[in-house]
Amino acid sequence: MTLALIGTKLGMTHVFTDDGSMVPVTVIACGPCPILQVKTAQTDGYAALQLGYGQARETAVKRAQHAHDERRRAREENRKPRIQAPKQVLVTQAELGHARRAGVPVPQIIREARVDDTSPYSVGQVLTCDLFSPGELVDVIGTSKGRGFAGPMKRHHSSRGPETHGSNYHRRPGSGGASADPSRVRKGKKMAGRMGNERTTVLNLQVVQTDPQKNILLLRGAVPGFNGAIVMVRKSIHAATRGVRKDQKRKAA
Amino acid sequence: MHAAVREIEKTQIKRKGLPEFRVGDTVRVSLRIVEGKTERVQDFEGVVIARKGGGVREMFTVRRVSYGIGMERTFPLHSPRITKLKLVRSGQVRRAKLYYLRDLRGKKARIREKRLAPGFEALLDQPGDEAPEPAGETVEAAKAE
Repeated sequence: MTLALIGTKLGMTHVFTDDGSMVPVTVIACGPCPILQVKTAQTDGYAALQLGYGQARETAVKRAQHAHDERRRAREENRKPRIQAPKQVLVTQAELGHARRAGVPVPQIIREARVDDTSPYSVGQVLTCDLFSPGELVDVIGTSKGRGFAGPMKRHHSSRGPETHGSNYHRRPGSGGASADPSRVRKGKKMAGRMGNERTTVLNLQVVQTDPQKNILLLRGAVPGFNGAIVMVRKSIHAATRGVRKDQKRKAA
Repeated sequence: MHAAVREIEKTQIKRKGLPEFRVGDTVRVSLRIVEGKTERVQDFEGVVIARKGGGVREMFTVRRVSYGIGMERTFPLHSPRITKLKLVRSGQVRRAKLYYLRDLRGKKARIREKRLAPGFEALLDQPGDEAPEPAGETVEAAKAE
């Protein structure tokens, strides 16, 4: 398990390297992520860091604070709390108290990152994108763009029928299966259906540039989701083994 | 586009050494070419037949005919590999993309030179300024030819 940070996909562009080649990059606003909670095997059964990202809307925090104060006052005065039910709870009182205990502003998003060893980390510590350095490989976890109800061509890359010559068989799903045996449609038959809008991981993207002051990462290649989508940037889980193999190859040669 | 992305693109855009040039102009592109450890500069001169994209993404296509073989190269306008870009000749064209040149050869593939009325030439030499386009005057100049 490797450390990950929360970020926002800002968009794509390209940059030129020193030797003049053009590199397509995704710009990601990454961190700062304060640690809200450190989970250990002893207390939680697994080791992880609970990270925050962004800041919750001020009014939402105030509302949660107000509800909390009112409940306390009501308890003391032994009456029912007078709270208007908000249309939308953006910050719960639990979140408010959780963030307060960690000594950080209420974050907009809370995610967990599994780590092997939690000892270097403590609650309230802020992780920034200077964890990543140019040239390093990272994985990006995001939510892919939703395609809605998509046909088998788009969803499963099935091939299309002829466009003309009266075929009338253009983008259909093909045969459902044999008739006498098995006389039913096999499970897993590739059909039309909801596509996208699911957790997607892209492995081994190279860090091209970092800007720790602005919390900006430039990663080579594309990242799942829309611009503005929340993503997790993780230290590559395969980079280590990749390097080893290369070394072995070099030794052999 | 997000402001941060725009900021990054700004750092990539070449500010100096880019002349104003349009589709139809003849340009000389000096390219830095690295072969192993040696580095040299290669020139590619021809007619600009297309400019597309904007900002740091802008590309331009140069076409030349050498020994009867048409050759086109597309460059990123802001590529650091372009060490020099020189406007050789301004052309008068009425299209944004000159793909029709591909089907023409010899005399038909010529492009009329853009000429300015007397008294306006001096403006062309001013660095950084775009050449003025007194529409009516150019027409008269063309008739006078």
